This record gives sequence, C-alpha cells and structure tokens, in this order.
Amino acid sequence: MSPSVPLQEMIRAIRSARTQCEERGVIQRECAAIRAQFRQADNGGRSHNLAKLLYVHMLGYPAHFGQMECVRMIASPRYSEKRVGYLGAMMLLDEKQDASLLITNSIKNDLAHSNQYVQSLALCTLACMGSAEMCRDLAPEIDRLLRASNSYIKKKAALCAVHIVRKVHELGELFAPAARSLLSEKNHGVLHGAVVLIIELCERNPETLERFRKTVPDLVQIMKGLVLSGYSPEHDVAGISDPFLQVSTDPWAHIDKSYLCSIIKKTKKTCTNIRDILSVVATNTDSTKTVGNAVLYETVLTVLDIKSESGLRVLAVNILGRFLLNNDRNIRYIAMTSLQKIVGTDHNAVQRHRGTIVDCLKDQDASVNRALELSLALVSASNIRSMMKELLLFLSSCPPELRAHAASGIFNAAERYAPSQRWHIDTMLHVLITAGGDVRDETVPNLIQLITNASELHCYTVHKLYRALLADISQQSLVQVACWCIGEYGDLLLRGDCQETEPVQVTEDDALDALETVLQSHMSSPATRGFALTATMKLSTRITDNVDRIRSIVSIYGSCIDVELQQRAVEYNALFKKYDHMRYAMKKSTCPQGELLLPPQQPANQVRYVDTKSRPGR
Amino acid sequence: MIKAILIFNNHGKPRLSKFYEHYSEDTEQQIIRETFHLVSKRDENVCNFLEGGMLIGGSDYRLIYRHYATLYFVFCVDSSESELGILDLIQVFVETLDKCFENVCELDLIFHVDKVHNILAEMVMGGMVLETNMNEIITQVDSQNKMEKSEQSP
Repeated sequence: MSPSVPLQEMIRAIRSARTQCEERGVIQRECAAIRAQFRQADNGGRSHNLAKLLYVHMLGYPAHFGQMECVRMIASPRYSEKRVGYLGAMMLLDEKQDASLLITNSIKNDLAHSNQYVQSLALCTLACMGSAEMCRDLAPEIDRLLRASNSYIKKKAALCAVHIVRKVHELGELFAPAARSLLSEKNHGVLHGAVVLIIELCERNPETLERFRKTVPDLVQIMKGLVLSGYSPEHDVAGISDPFLQVSTDPWAHIDKSYLCSIIKKTKKTCTNIRDILSVVATNTDSTKTVGNAVLYETVLTVLDIKSESGLRVLAVNILGRFLLNNDRNIRYIAMTSLQKIVGTDHNAVQRHRGTIVDCLKDQDASVNRALELSLALVSASNIRSMMKELLLFLSSCPPELRAHAASGIFNAAERYAPSQRWHIDTMLHVLITAGGDVRDETVPNLIQLITNASELHCYTVHKLYRALLADISQQSLVQVACWCIGEYGDLLLRGDCQETEPVQVTEDDALDALETVLQSHMSSPATRGFALTATMKLSTRITDNVDRIRSIVSIYGSCIDVELQQRAVEYNALFKKYDHMRYAMKKSTCPQGELLLPPQQPANQVRYVDTKSRPGR
Repeated sequence: MIKAILIFNNHGKPRLSKFYEHYSEDTEQQIIRETFHLVSKRDENVCNFLEGGMLIGGSDYRLIYRHYATLYFVFCVDSSESELGILDLIQVFVETLDKCFENVCELDLIFHVDKVHNILAEMVMGGMVLETNMNEIITQVDSQNKMEKSEQSP
C-alpha cells in the first residue's frame, strides 16, 4: 500500500503526465491509495483524501466509492472535515443514492449548530441536492431559521426555502408568513432572498399571488427607498450623502430593484406609484456600468410587461433605442432582442428608432441577424424605397448564413409594398445578381410570372436581363430567368429600340451566342441548360436567318449525356423534321412549368405542352 | 435559476464544474465538452450570450460566458435570470478570486479548487444568486478560513 501524497503533489503528478494513459495510471494509483485510507480508522489526513477524490472526479474519473466517506466526514465534529464532506456530498450524492438519506440527520443537527458557518454549510448542501423527503423532514427547521436573528443565516435560509418549495410545492404555505415579514428587513442580502422566495411562492400558487398582490404598494415603497436613498451606512461607497435623487451605488440595491421589478411584472398590477417609481429609475440610473444597465433593462421589461400607459412605454422604447447606440455589444444584443418582441405591439414607437436599427445592419457581430429581422418588420409602404436601398446594401456584404433569409425577406417586402412594377422587377433582379445562389427555388417561376404580367415592361426587362447575362452566367436563378426571357421576348430584343433603356443593337447571332455560352458553360446546372435549350428552340420561331444554326445546336444535344436534355433535344429535332408546322405553337407564351417534359416512360412524340387548340390536323 | 457553472481553459480542461441539477458523471463530462465546443468557436467581437447545447437543455437555457486570459467562465442559466446581471456576477466572481488569491491565474485555480468552491458557495446557492457584494463575500470566506486554521493548530 503506497503512502498517499498531499493534494498539491497529486495534482502536480497528474499534470506532469504526458499522455492520457500515464494520467490514468497516476489516478488509478492514487485512487487505490485513497480507497485504502478510507478503510482505515480515523487519521489526520482524511479531509485531504476526500479533496483529492473530488479533484479526480472533476476530471471525469469514477469516484462513487467516496460517498460513504462523505457521510462520515459530515458527521465529524471538525469544521475542516465537515466542509470537505459537504462539498463531496454536493458533488457525489444525489437524491437517487441511498447514501443521501443518511446525511439527513447530520444536516438536521448542523442546522441547529451554534456556529453559523456550520449552519450555512448545511443550508447550502440542502439547497443544492436536497431530495423531496429531506425537504419535508427539514422544512420546519428552515422556517425557524427564517425567523432567526442572524442576517447571514436568514439570507441563506430564504434561498434554501426556495429550493424546498421547488421540490415540494405544498410547503409553500409554510413559508408564506415568514417571507412576508422578511420584506421589512434592512439588510439587502436578506431582502433579496425574501424577494426570490416570494417570486417562487407566487409562481407555484395563484392564491399566494393574490395575497402578495396587496403588498405591491409596500414593494414600491421599498423600491422608492432604494432609489432615493442618499446615504446608507453599511452600503455606502464614497461616504457622501446627497439629499437629492442619489441612486445608491451599491450593487445590491440594483439587484434588488431588478428583482422587485420581477415581482411587479408577475403580479401585473399597476398603479400611479409604480409609474412614478419606474420613470424615476429609468431616468436616474447610472448607465455607465453593466450593473446600472441591468437595472435599466429590467425596468424596461417591467414597463413593457404590465399595462403601462403609452408615455411610459415610449420612454421604455427610447431607453432601448439608447442601448442600441451603446459601445457594448451585449447591450446592443439584448436591446435588439427586446425590440423584436415588441415591434408588433408598439410599432410606431419602434419606428422612431428605425435609423439606428438599420445602422446596426453594418455591425459585424451576432446582433446583426436580429437587426435584419427588425428591419424587415419595420418596412412599410411609406419607407419602402429608402429601406430597400439599405437592405440591398446589406445583402451585398452580409454574412453568408444570413443571405437566404435576407433575400426571402426582401422579396416578401417587395411583394407587399412595391410602389411600381418596374421597381419590383428591378429589385428582384438586383437580388438575383447579388445573391442568386441563395434564393429559394420558387423565386424563378415567381419572377417569371411577374414579368409576364408586366406586359409594358417586356422590352425593358429582356434588354436588362440580356445585359446581365452577358456580364455574369454563374448565378443559376438569374441565368434561368434571362434565358426564359430571351426565348419568350427574343423578337423585342432583336428589334433593338426600347423606350426605357438605352438602345443596343443585338443581332440574332449575338442572342444565339449568349444562349450557346450558357449551354456550354461548366457552371450551368442541368436545369439551366434545359432553360437555355428550350429558349434556343423558341427563338427559331422568332428569328428568320439562323434557323439552321438552331437546328445544329439542338441536334448536338440529341446525344448529350444528361437524359433530360437529350430527351428535349430529340423531341425538338422531331419538331424540326416531322412536325415543322407545329413548331409555331411554341410562339405561344408558356410559363416554365409548362416547359417541363413528360416523365421518361411516356413516348417521345407526345409533346404535351403544345396547346391542343392550336394543333393543326394532320 | 443557474443550472451550472463551469470554468475551463482554452483547451477544454475543466478547472471547476458545479452543477445545480443532477446529471450522471458521464453526462457531466459530455456537457463540459459540448459547452467548450460551443464557446471556443466564438469570435472575440460577438456578444457573450448564446443558446445552450442540447445536453444542457437546448434553447430554453442560455450560456453566458466571459473569457479571461486562459480561462472561460461559463454560467448556464434559464430565462428567469437577467443576462446583464449574470455577466456582472461573473465579473464580481473573478474580482473576488483576484482579491483572495492575490493576482489570480489559472494555476491558483488548479491547485486550490476547494477554495474556489468555498468562494463560489458564498455567491451562488442552490442555483440562485446569494451575494454580490465583494467585500461581504471576502469577509465571510476569511472568517471561515480562520476557523479552519484554528482547528488545525493545536
């Protein structure tokens, strides 16, 4: 049996192990030594052994054999051993273990100990891992401690009571009177504990909530005391008292305020006093420190949660707007989150901060996706043009994971508020050019439908798309729409003149060149090639000189590897050869769904998309 | 309620793990690994809040963390806690450690894990915030240490 080493030595030995295997070896040796020591009678180093075991447990190695040792240590009269024993109990024991029942008696004795630190150990452990039975057994003790004279113990007992109520809801009744009386405490720690306990009681039992609703005026008085307190001896920092509205700089006061706000929120009761106090807090809290901002934020949430009047709500929204300008990104993030929640109900108030929100789109950090959501929610008929400019700017530089969402948001906004068809088409084209790879599949047919409906703009659209196609053939959705347009409105393209854009001379060869480039490019997907092939075919009815060129393009694809393309090419070839008179049926406008060919099992000479009315008899 | 408090270094080695809800030992280690994985991916310029991993409870819980030198301090909390308040609590915790250990560094946490637990026990109890006044915490911790020392000397 090797002698055990002190805790620091063992830690050093574990750290100097160079491999996982070596570490395991060291730990196994130590655990064996510890186990042997546990079996021995009382020796001086007991607490060290358990401490070593707890270290080993933190690293992830099994330590369950220490459970009984914890029980023994807790029962020891020495404080150092109790301390480690309770720590071990919190780490190794839980309600499912039988050993946890064994410590109930020790805890009971320690709760009545003369030394407050021993009592506090017991309270801490009970609050951490107390099972329902333990809680039931020990609840009267806790209630007694809540009325004790020592504020250190009272504050711990209050939080212990919270745990008990969570485990055994019925015991809430037991603690309600004590909680009520704790509200008149001066010590901030105890007050805080009382507030948490009351919140828990109100959550569990609606009757208790009703009872505490009556205390809201008292709570507001307490808050008033905290807000307006000029000088508080034990919590004073600078030693200066200011008779005017000096907000206490003690962090406790801030936490208390925020918890009191939570109670007010929960009771959802409002009265004039609350309005005054909340507005005082909102305007007088020091927002240069995190803790001040925490209070402000809680105040804002309270105001927005209870049925406050609109003036107070506007104040709250303005505070959130101020948060958006803060340098601290955390504050910007939570402000954005809150604004998102209320943009439905307080739309006008949030609209006032639209400029700041849109500026946040330029941020680099995570709040930018919330800024995007908010911006999309704030788009309306009156601001659509300016908002769209910002949103399109954002789209060109936004992080890749947000592009799909931004694109679909822009489409929805454009659809709802487009001031004119030409603006709508321009916007959609802009999105396709910038983020064509991230748009959803139904965008292509939607855009085509839109173009079809805007009959005065066909000429303008086809010219614009032709130019876009020449510039870039990598964005599949854009290329598909462009091909479709060239096929459908090729005659307008070739005619050359167009009122809305500068005229450019496009010959038949140019148009066919563009389509052929798409067909041959390795960047084009099979669907895109399908569009291009069909468009080439359609052009055969709209042009006069280069029909042979089209025929040769189409016949090349008759032996294409892609089955879909091959099928199309073969059918088109058939049209050229046997059904030449039917070819002109392709002049009729078809939407892209109509272009889809038959499933493979049907024979190739039934070209279904041709309108039956126009099929001449054979 | 605070569900867990974890401190681990830049390589994911745990330096302190305190769970306020019971998990098996394996699950605890998995949670530590998952949390490290989530937190270490974060850039320096993003905010300090993120959603909890699947093991710790998913989107109902948030991870609020701060990175100091070689250590990550991570608090896993539910929606009833104020995020800014917890962020401030982490700062108070680190400042308290600094006062107690005199210019604290990772090595202090490694070799005195039990002392760190004792300090934490004065700040958070049963998953709830107990005390945020640094001076008060240090006073209590000092008294307790004095008591322990007086027991050891004959």
